Amino acid sequence: MIIFKNVSKIYNDDFHAVDTIDLHIKEGEFIALIGPSGSGKSTTMKMINRLIEATSGTILIHGQDIGDQDPVLLRRNIGYVIQHIGLLPHMTIGKNIALVPNLKKWDKARCDKRVDELLEMVGLPAKEYKNRFPAELSGGQQQRVGVIRALAGDPPIVLMDEPFSALDPISREQLQDELLNLQTKIRKTIVFVTHDIDEAIKLADRIGIMQDGKLIQFDTPEQILRHPVNEFVRTFFGADRMNQVESLPTIEEVMIRPISSFPKRGLAESLIKMRKYKIDSLLVIDRNEIFLGVAGVGEIQKNFSNETMVLEDVMKKEVPTVRLSQQLDDAINLISENQVAFLPVLDESSKLKGLITRASLVDVMASQLRSNNNGVASFGGEGS
Amino acid sequence: MMFNNFLVMLQNRWPEIMIGTWEHIQLTLVALFIGNLIALPLGILLTRKRNLAEAVIGITSVFQTIPSLALLGFMIPFFGIGFGPAIVALSIYALLPILRNTYTGILGVNQAVVDAGTGMGMTSRQVLFMIEIPLALPIIMAGIRTATVMVIGVATLAALVGAGGLGDIIFRGIAMARQDLILAGAIPAALLSMIFDYILKRIEIAVQP
Repeated sequence: MIIFKNVSKIYNDDFHAVDTIDLHIKEGEFIALIGPSGSGKSTTMKMINRLIEATSGTILIHGQDIGDQDPVLLRRNIGYVIQHIGLLPHMTIGKNIALVPNLKKWDKARCDKRVDELLEMVGLPAKEYKNRFPAELSGGQQQRVGVIRALAGDPPIVLMDEPFSALDPISREQLQDELLNLQTKIRKTIVFVTHDIDEAIKLADRIGIMQDGKLIQFDTPEQILRHPVNEFVRTFFGADRMNQVESLPTIEEVMIRPISSFPKRGLAESLIKMRKYKIDSLLVIDRNEIFLGVAGVGEIQKNFSNETMVLEDVMKKEVPTVRLSQQLDDAINLISENQVAFLPVLDESSKLKGLITRASLVDVMASQLRSNNNGVASFGGEGS
Repeated sequence: MMFNNFLVMLQNRWPEIMIGTWEHIQLTLVALFIGNLIALPLGILLTRKRNLAEAVIGITSVFQTIPSLALLGFMIPFFGIGFGPAIVALSIYALLPILRNTYTGILGVNQAVVDAGTGMGMTSRQVLFMIEIPLALPIIMAGIRTATVMVIGVATLAALVGAGGLGDIIFRGIAMARQDLILAGAIPAALLSMIFDYILKRIEIAVQP
């Protein structure tokens, strides 16, 4: 969709504002460019609609070199939202939104319809707001208009230059949510410049981290958090955020000692054992501790009248289990996917090593939260 | 008694006063028209070529510092006497306020709005006419008002280079030491200035975004 090939922007022959960037943005993708001030993130974005011309390299949109296109026509097909909102104060909200459609010479009926539709989309009733002037709206409302104005001409690409950074935290949060919501409906290719890590992680499908004009890492938030390419990325993303991910306890730390029994044990004997430990299932293992299955209290009671039956006959063999080598994430997912109360933990040779229950998970999480609260570090914006 | 004399004089000189006023209005309007014709486009041009701005505005300021009577005097060797040279001098006077206000007015337009316009695909002409001029209009109009009041004032001196106007009546009154005659020229000149200023103010309010 948008491809940067060896793109550089050099000022005064020696200052590399953007240094040989290669970037491939897919259609419908939400990209955040992030970095400290002066890292070239805004410059990179503005080269897409040629507000800034690249010194070298090519930028392709839909396979076409934008250098060959009329910048004015190019911009009409690229939505643009700026930090300072930039609504035209002498025009009504309706006229502001209809700006690009008017430039594109849509007929009046179509413009009107589009304006109404967009206003409704962000919860500003058209009747009430269309004829107001920007100064009569709150900052949050103004930037909503700023966002839908960028969408008015139905551009496939939308560029956003720190659009929410001037808003108060509550409005910012709201607009982020609305934007996410909107994006699921409109599926535009969005390039979003920000210096707010939380915003980038929340909104973006992929994040490009820039430093000194270079694109250092370009990947999903998850991958960047897990595998920062260097120390800069690690610290930029905040040491605590990284620790939080790394310090997720291992399965071994979370699991508890299982109450197990052998396959040839009788049902009455098993019931007594369960009552004694106040549990509703027994894990069945053989003499070599190899896990065989689970016998629940329900099955045991159903077959209790049959005196010849042993645990082996009533146990369920097909139950989800987790390996000791797996991550706790996997265990949590297995539990919620299979709607089970517990997971037996096995080692490589299927020996029963322990048990993870919902209760044991809660215990560990709770103690984690408690220790984190003592040292919560907040990550402030870098300013831009 | 004196007031009665004044009324009699007004009655006698009425055609003269009307001619003087009409000449004065002509001088003012033509000078303002030419001043605007030069200063508005020049002011806009300077916002596009900012490195020239200081020099050009500097030159017009120099003209402004020349005392008005001296400026009118300078015209005589080049253009002779009469309506023409007076218009040239008055137009030069009108330049600076209009030029400076046009330039600073447009530069003062919120850059974010201009960026938004450009970023949305307006041509630079569209940015100028749809954004910059409408938003700078109050300041540009203020410049025009200043120029107008100034030109009406200086135009009374235009009588000295034979351009006519209300100055004719005033100077004749001074020469003849007749206060009523002086007033017969001065009062219409003052009224003219106030009326023009008022009309321009109404226009300014009417066109305000």
